[in-house]
Amino acid sequence: MGLESHLGDNILTTTLNTMVNWARKSSLWPMPFGLACCAIEMMAVVAPRYDLARFGAEVFRFSPRQSDLMIVAGTLTYKMASVARKIYDQMPEPKWVIAMGACAVSGGVFNTYSVVQGIDQVMPVDVYLPGCPPRPEALIHAIMEMQKKIEKESFVRKTTANTVNKLA
Amino acid sequence: MDNEAIATLVKTNFPEAIIDSKIFRNELTLAVKREYITEIAKFLKENKELDFNFLSDLCGVDRVETHGVFEVVYHLYSISQNHRVRLKVSIPSSSPTISTVTGVWSTANWHERETYDMFGITFDGHPDLRKILTPDDFQGHPLRKDYPVDGRQPATLREIYRRGEA
Ligand code: SF4
Repeated sequence: MGLESHLGDNILTTTLNTMVNWARKSSLWPMPFGLACCAIEMMAVVAPRYDLARFGAEVFRFSPRQSDLMIVAGTLTYKMASVARKIYDQMPEPKWVIAMGACAVSGGVFNTYSVVQGIDQVMPVDVYLPGCPPRPEALIHAIMEMQKKIEKESFVRKTTANTVNKLA
Repeated sequence: MDNEAIATLVKTNFPEAIIDSKIFRNELTLAVKREYITEIAKFLKENKELDFNFLSDLCGVDRVETHGVFEVVYHLYSISQNHRVRLKVSIPSSSPTISTVTGVWSTANWHERETYDMFGITFDGHPDLRKILTPDDFQGHPLRKDYPVDGRQPATLREIYRRGEA
């Protein structure tokens, strides 16, 4: 077929974009931002029973400098908001965010003075994962959705700066 | 010691300070006059038979609407004697202030800071009475009944985006 038929069995052709995105989506390094009960489910995901390694995303890094996917799992309070934002800012591009659980998505049951009503008030969110808490399978699903999203991105234009400006 | 014995012992030593004593579901509660709290705290800790060496909790209650008072509640436990007591002190909402018990149990330091932060009750003689839970620029005391449950103060949040943009 096309060019590849002249190159033999050992060579594939593709676009640079597809290749870079394939590499990025197959090796996500999550930054676990566990804030409350949801974090327990997030921990289960990297343990053997659910084994996130099957999706190439098992290397939880507690340093934002070494991560590209922030999983915000739990209740974000106003006092914690600036810390969450700072960690997000410290992650190098390209970076993505999963809001895990009803609290991170919308404040959940905590319609109170201390809880931020959704982490999208302080940082751009790529995948919203509802549930209280979402089961580990649901987090795996969210990561797979994240991978689908990364596949469709243009790696040259990948920047979150626009989203950030829109928020403010 | 059982509850009755504790109540009697405290009452005989401070007849004018104990307003009321109740036993409900085997839990002893003593209502104490505000002026005597430090003295009674010291007695409860230092008396060998009572030996209340552990302040397990100290918190506030807002009863302004019904009684015009705030309450400060002390939960005490004796590790050696395995008995408990609860002290309640009513303080008028017009002057919500009480003297500290940090000199007796040093753990009271953070508990009193929390009670101050949440209810605006000040503790005289506290070594470092600062807010402990709410953000530094938070106005008001959120566990007071007149503070709206969803009274968010998002000024802080706007500051956060600005810092994020720079
Ligand atoms: S969504 Fe539910 S489980 Fe998750 S942090 Fe909030 S309260 Fe806890």
